Amino acid sequence: MSGFLGSTVGKKYIMGITGLIWAGFVLAHMAGNLLIFVSSDAYNAYGHALTSGNLIYVAETVLVLALITHVFCAISLTKNNREAKQSRYAVSAKGQKRVSLASRTMAVQGSLILAFVILHIITFKYGTYYETTVNGVVMRDLARLMVEVFQSPAYVVWYLVCLILLGFHLTHGVGSTFQSLGLMNGSYRDGLRKLSLTYGVVVALGFIAQPLYLFIIH
Amino acid sequence: MAGKMINLILKVWRQKGPTDTGSFAEYKANNVSTDASFLEMLDVVNEELVTKGDEPIAFDHDCREGICGACGFVIDGEAHGPLKSTTVCQLHMRNFKDGEVLTIEPFRSKAFPVIKDLMVNRSALDRIITAGGYISTNTGNAVDANANLVPKADADEAMSSATCIQCGACVAACKNASAALFTSAKISHLSLLPQGQVERKDRALRMVAAMDAEGFGSCTTTGACEAACPKDISLVNISRMNREFLVANVTKQPKHQDGGAG
Repeated sequence: MSGFLGSTVGKKYIMGITGLIWAGFVLAHMAGNLLIFVSSDAYNAYGHALTSGNLIYVAETVLVLALITHVFCAISLTKNNREAKQSRYAVSAKGQKRVSLASRTMAVQGSLILAFVILHIITFKYGTYYETTVNGVVMRDLARLMVEVFQSPAYVVWYLVCLILLGFHLTHGVGSTFQSLGLMNGSYRDGLRKLSLTYGVVVALGFIAQPLYLFIIH
Repeated sequence: MAGKMINLILKVWRQKGPTDTGSFAEYKANNVSTDASFLEMLDVVNEELVTKGDEPIAFDHDCREGICGACGFVIDGEAHGPLKSTTVCQLHMRNFKDGEVLTIEPFRSKAFPVIKDLMVNRSALDRIITAGGYISTNTGNAVDANANLVPKADADEAMSSATCIQCGACVAACKNASAALFTSAKISHLSLLPQGQVERKDRALRMVAAMDAEGFGSCTTTGACEAACPKDISLVNISRMNREFLVANVTKQPKHQDGGAG
């Protein structure tokens, strides 16, 4: 299998699989966090339930490994791609033969998203530990931290920018994954493109609504 | 119907040889008939250059019918120019406006070194073909044409992949200079047909390895290759290549020490 993983095609398989793991995670993360619209208690109880079992360690390990692999594979591919092209054209294509902005800037988007993910974990997972009691159970009051963090307009703007970028990354990535994994077929190609676009928009909007909502109501 | 006459300004990449750094030079193309092809327009410019004692602009061409794959360069950042499904020899001057400034460059990729001006060396694609773009066949009498049954859908798909003329526009259009569209078209063409089954796995393994060894980039699914392809080779071929490559890797047999003798 060393030949497989060393090839450009093999590396795209790795990018696709690790990317898909994270695409699934961000959708679930976004959907679960929508509980903030229900109540702080519902949100905290959900967080408590997620982190109570051992499954969280398995999930965290898979996600961290997938992220590291995705990043290193991306660096290797980008480096190889730049060497392969060497020089750009003096004029950029404008018509039907142009390259989409999302696909051209995947590496830049990815770098910013990586920085965002790290800062996001520091802000919340390792942020101030408040306690609250929901239905007689003592648990972390993450909702309070969230409300506090999103009082700052700078934080809200930073989140908006990064979440739009994440959505943009997904609009290209999700559909591309099927191509990379050898699952693209002429008959559902258009459908996949639309699915990819919808996926990115839904994830971005779902996430963006949360800091905006907390900023506006408080 | 007689064509109009237009005047153009051309910014052409001039490079004396592979080691020269090269730069753009500006030329006026006056009284260009809109019925002329892009290459015919360059022929006229070259005539004038030769008359003045200058070196003519070197560019590749052969059939000038859009079927051989010899011609190809980049006009305003677009391989084979602005039209879809068209080689630059079949691109006519009626697609350009009077007074337009056109920037003309060679296909750019590390694997396609410039020979001179707009001519690049595309032998890397030949070496990918050599690695596995062939089939084994019996010598002797030709087999009956109907002996091999091929489903119509497979025949159509193989045929559309086989229309690739190896011009290299896919590599030129790709931001990563990836040869995935070219290689996948060749792999698809043979793997879809019964005649291609004997080497099917080896073909996928060898042609992908050869593609990587030539220094081409990887596919980012941008689709610029497909848009630039004069033969409309579909991006779906790349997905098929990836699948073929995965299956070949997973199912390949170890080499027998005794050569497999009974």
